[in-house]
Amino acid sequence: MALLEVKNLDVHYGVIQAIKNISFEVNEGEIVTLIGANGAGKTTTMQSIMGLIHPSRGEIYYNGQKINNIPSHKIVKMGMTQVPEGRRIFSELTVYENLVMGAYTRKDKDGIEKDFKDIYALFPRLEERKNQIAGTLSGGEQQMLAMGRAIMSKPKLLMLDEPSMGLSPLLVDQVFEIIKHFHSLGTTILLVEQNANKSLAISDRAYVLKNGEIVRAGTGAELLANDEIKKDYLGG
Amino acid sequence: MDFITMIINGLSIGGTYAIIALGYTMVYGIAKMLNFAHGDIIMVGGYTIVLFFPISPVVGIIASVIFCVIVGIVVEKSAYKPLRGASPLAVLITAIGVSKLLQSAAQIFIGSESKGITVNLGEIKMGSVKISVLTLITILCSIAVMVALTLFVKYTKTGRAMIAVSEDRGAAQLMGINVNFIIMITFIIGSALAAVASVFLVFKIQDVGPIFGAMPGIKAFAAAVIGGIGSIPGAMVGGVVLGFIEAVCGMIPPITPYTDAIEFAILIIVLLVKPTGFLGKKRREKV
Repeated sequence: MALLEVKNLDVHYGVIQAIKNISFEVNEGEIVTLIGANGAGKTTTMQSIMGLIHPSRGEIYYNGQKINNIPSHKIVKMGMTQVPEGRRIFSELTVYENLVMGAYTRKDKDGIEKDFKDIYALFPRLEERKNQIAGTLSGGEQQMLAMGRAIMSKPKLLMLDEPSMGLSPLLVDQVFEIIKHFHSLGTTILLVEQNANKSLAISDRAYVLKNGEIVRAGTGAELLANDEIKKDYLGG
Repeated sequence: MDFITMIINGLSIGGTYAIIALGYTMVYGIAKMLNFAHGDIIMVGGYTIVLFFPISPVVGIIASVIFCVIVGIVVEKSAYKPLRGASPLAVLITAIGVSKLLQSAAQIFIGSESKGITVNLGEIKMGSVKISVLTLITILCSIAVMVALTLFVKYTKTGRAMIAVSEDRGAAQLMGINVNFIIMITFIIGSALAAVASVFLVFKIQDVGPIFGAMPGIKAFAAAVIGGIGSIPGAMVGGVVLGFIEAVCGMIPPITPYTDAIEFAILIIVLLVKPTGFLGKKRREKV
């Protein structure tokens, strides 16, 4: 059984249809990527899964349970979260308080403490700056904080929306390394990216989204080798 | 010694405004709406004190807090919650409607004539200055309430969640924060603060009518805007600033009748010079 299953999803913004009958699934332990150009419907798909926007048709199942009408905060409690596009850290809170917010749904004090240690070991910059107001961090540091904050909820399924956006090539490499690291610890990953090269390289499977429809699906390696994909998304 | 009297009066009036302004600013920051019925919660508190005062002033105060919180919850659940996500204008009109509804209900069920109580807590002498005990209590209680609220917001899980929701509702939901619950908590705190302010006002004015909360409400709203609406320290600063202006005007007989006009003129000047208020900030996006 798939960990996440999206079936015949339609999403409308007023009269405009942003998502047209898409279906896909993410199995436990996989890294799955949705690639597509700006406006293809990637963020809309993610927000629908998290319950932040409501689809007009279709079903979303998590662990076999239908989650269409479950409010976002309960979906997080069920073990799913998202690193949103543009990071959206809480700029008025300190780095430490942002991470505490990530653990909002958790009650296991010891577990939280251990995860703090792990996050600080993974991102030494965040530990150095733990008492700093998060709004004063650089873009790269904010991305690290957003990822750390999401992992603090101990998700079974972590979704990342354009985590490499606006970062220097060095930082982009680091972001993909961290995604692989989270995956190696047993987290299932659903990734949305414009950087198709890097994301397909680490993906088990991927779907290509175009104008709100899934136009192609395959393994990461298959799609990387596909001429059409190369032309459209890999820059030649 | 007029100067000391002025400072003490300023702090007492300012403390009361600040406590009301906190209700406006927190609801604005977290629920993103101007709750124009906030002043009328003070009126509800005022009547409750007058009603229970004959039993005991303490019972009156406790009943006031309980009743204000209940009215706050009912208003939020029945009038504002159904409009979550509606246009800000619809919410604003509803808030004004709730304000008028509460005033009219008071008029119909209690009557348009004001109800009074007599309280005299006495005075204490500090050197050559006489200070009323009520003024002193008002100052001390206001400070205690503001310190408690600041600590609550900064150090509790719910308090931090309030900051998170006020900054980015969507991101807060992704943390597993129940936004509706946080908004409800905000209304509860705001209404309890209005009840505290109603105690200070009733003991001072000793007379409650259907529009008892209107003027303190609108002044405290001005205070919240002067300080920077949405900002908790801003509401405190704005309240104290307005309190001092009122105290100064009160000490200079020729301008005393124009106190309200002067206060609102200062609001306009502050908005012209710094549209976000003293401590309000513009959100900057970092890329």
